Parts: sequence; structure tokens; C-alpha cells
Amino acid sequence: MCLGIPAELVEIVDPDRHLAKANVAGVRRTVNIGLLVDEGVGPGDWVLIHVGFAMSKIDEDEARRAMEGLQLMGRAYTDEVAAIAASRIG
Amino acid sequence: MRFVDEYRDPVAARALVDRITELAGDRHFKFMEVCGGHTHTIYRHGIEHVLPPSVELVHGPGCPVCVIPMGRIDDAISVARAPGVVFTTFGDMMRVPGSSGNLLEAKASGADVRFVYSPLDALRIARETPDRHVVFFAVGFETTAPSTAITLLRARAEGLTNFSVLCNHVTIVPPIKAILESPGLRLDGFLGPGHVSTVIGQRPYRFVPQVYGKPLVTAGFEPLDILQAIAMLLAQIAEGRCCVENQYTRCVREEGNPKALEVLAEVFELRPHFEWRGLGFISQSALRLRDAFADFDAEKRFELPGVRVADPKACQCGEVLKGVIKPWECKVFGTACTPETPIGTCMVSSEGACAAYYNFGRLHREVAVSLGRAAS
Repeated sequence: MCLGIPAELVEIVDPDRHLAKANVAGVRRTVNIGLLVDEGVGPGDWVLIHVGFAMSKIDEDEARRAMEGLQLMGRAYTDEVAAIAASRIG
Repeated sequence: MRFVDEYRDPVAARALVDRITELAGDRHFKFMEVCGGHTHTIYRHGIEHVLPPSVELVHGPGCPVCVIPMGRIDDAISVARAPGVVFTTFGDMMRVPGSSGNLLEAKASGADVRFVYSPLDALRIARETPDRHVVFFAVGFETTAPSTAITLLRARAEGLTNFSVLCNHVTIVPPIKAILESPGLRLDGFLGPGHVSTVIGQRPYRFVPQVYGKPLVTAGFEPLDILQAIAMLLAQIAEGRCCVENQYTRCVREEGNPKALEVLAEVFELRPHFEWRGLGFISQSALRLRDAFADFDAEKRFELPGVRVADPKACQCGEVLKGVIKPWECKVFGTACTPETPIGTCMVSSEGACAAYYNFGRLHREVAVSLGRAAS
């Protein structure tokens, strides 16, 4: 729940509800970008996702480093990825 | 130095350890890392064993799963067992023990308990099952609270009448203050939480240097981040400075995330007091829904037991959460209390100090001992 997972935004699917498709940990899922609307995030941007919400904009290098760190975490990370895979935000 | 070789940039890690050693000199320093994510990194990468013996890290109360008191789990189970309820929760909360069982056991005995990744998943279940009432068990610091707030705003905009939130969101500043006020704990500074600070920014920590005369450095989650933040704390002390600094500039801004703070203020208000596991009741340390969201407040919709339950006598989570003892000093650590059969919350969450130490720290400590290094 507390992990920030890097994700690459792919497509804005519902601008009114601030929903976007993102590549997160190898799967494509819908996330909410409402907390970053003032920063103007869009396709191609990298963000840190917490419980389905983009919380901060990061660069690609930070995304890669964060992902390397997460993959060392073992079960805490694999549980989070399984939860993301089961997510059906819409 | 064995562990340093495993770091992403061993040369930088070694240089930081040398700098820390030099800055610390002959004095003994004790720093608290507030965030559970930092605790995890520290044990996972054996940071305690690359630091000189003069620098000690103490683990703080920043794991939201760990600080939930047993009575709130009992409340959750009571709501989950109410007729017609679908009870949704983050997976981390399923095995947190209440006074008579956990949510996983409630599920096994017939309650409809489902784990979700996001509060928006809970909202979707509410939309798709209009004949049932869907409750979301909201847990977390300021990192997760804005997500709950946006979900509630969405539920109201959609006119959903079968969705509510059992709110247990907590705030990070009051427990830091409680720790600073607690007698007998001498700290020289804090590693400030990374993700929480992306939301609240740096300003809320200013009282730590201003009122209590302790430096605070907000840190990222890589081993190098932690080492650099420790060096920054020591540099402040060596130079006679005392302020809030930001090591995690890659993600944290001085002002935080204004949009997140705006939705938090719109949906939540501070509770007069809230019970924290191990720390007791702390004034204005948790959030509840504003009256405008009363229809979505599970505390108003359901009759909650609301009983305060004392922790099991054998469990010393409270002392671990306050940094008074290390996980391995607890009487039941690794014997009666393990990640598979946790007695205390610190062993449930992977970010709890006990689980992190059980999973990773023991090995590093054993290797460190075998290498002839002093284990802390």
C-alpha cells in the first residue's frame, strides 16, 4: 500500500474524471492523474503511482532506479504487482 | 564493507560512509527514520552494518498498518459482518490481528471481505453491485489519504448511495511531536519521510528544528539516499546549523502537492484525538470525514463496537514503534511472533520494523557478526 510504483502514462482515456492508461510493472492499467492536473502530465510522462493515483512526476532515470529498488524488495513488491494486475479502475 | 559492494554505486556509497564516519567523529549519534519504507531499505541493504558504530538508526512509527490499534480492527470486522456489506481493504490489512481474529478469518467464516489495490476499485464494486453496501477500509498517512478523498468526491458526484469509508487515515506530524515529547528517548535528528512529503511538503516539519532543536532531512528510498541524508544531518550538526533539508528533491517539493492538500481539506477534518498503537492517544493526529460527507461515513452508518483493546501482554510493538527497543529485543520476536503468525502489527506489514528485520536484517546481522564487525 505504501509503495510508490513507477508508471509511464500512455493515453488519457477520460479527461473529465482524470483517468489515464499507464504501463505499470509490466501491465497496462487505468490510473487517476487528478493530483497532477496542475502539472500538466500526459502520454510519455513518468509518474509514481500510489494505490492507483499518480502522486508525483518523475523522470525516466528515476523511474528505472525506483523500479530496481522495488524489485529487490521481494514479496512486498510482488504482492503489490499482483494487486495492480487485479485492479480494474474505471 | 561487504554490503557496500552490492549498492548501485559502490564508490559513491563508500565515499558517503567515509564522510559519515569523519563527521560523526567520537560522538554517538542516534537518528530516527520515521517512515516504514526507510526501515525496509535499511534492513534490506544492511545499512546499519555499513555505518560506523557511532551512528545508530532508530525505527519510528511511520508504518500505517503498524500503528492501527486492535480496537479499530474489531470495528472493521464488525462492519464486515453486517448484513449486505461488501468490505474492501488493502491486502496489508487482512492479517492484522484484532482482539478475536483478523479480516482474513472473518472472510473465511462468511463475511464478504475483498482486497483491492485502490479505493477506486472499491468504488467500481459499489457501482457494479447496487444491491450491496460497499465499505472501504481507509488506512494510511497523507500519501494515501488524497486517494480516498478523490474517491469520495467521485462517489458524491456520481450520486452513489451504497458506498462508504471507514476512515483511519493518520497524519505524520503529531506522532513525531509525541516522540519528541516522550521522556527517555534521546534523538539527534530525523530522516523525514519521502512519499508523505510529496504531499505535505517540507514546511510542516519546521517545528522540529525550531521548537525542539533537532535537524530533519527528508530522504529518498535508495540506500544511497539514506546514506546521503545521514551525512546531511551530521553536516548540519558539525556546522552548528539546525534546519529542515530535502535530500529527495527528485520527488519532494518545498510546498508539497497543493492539489492533494486541497482535496484533503475539502473532504477531511482532524479528529480531536485518535489512538495509536504503542503511542496511545494523540491529539489531532487522524482524519475523519467532514459532515458534508456524512452519508459516506461508515462510522455514522454502522454501529461500531468502538472498544479500546489493550495489546497482548507479550507484544512489545509499542516500544519498537517508539524506538525504545530493537525488533530482536522483543520477547516474542521470531518465536511466538513471525510474519506467518504475527502477534503484533510490526510483524504484519512488510514495512514494519519487525517483519523487515525478520526477513532481511537477521541475515545481515549474522554475516556482520561472522565478519567480526560489531552488530548493533
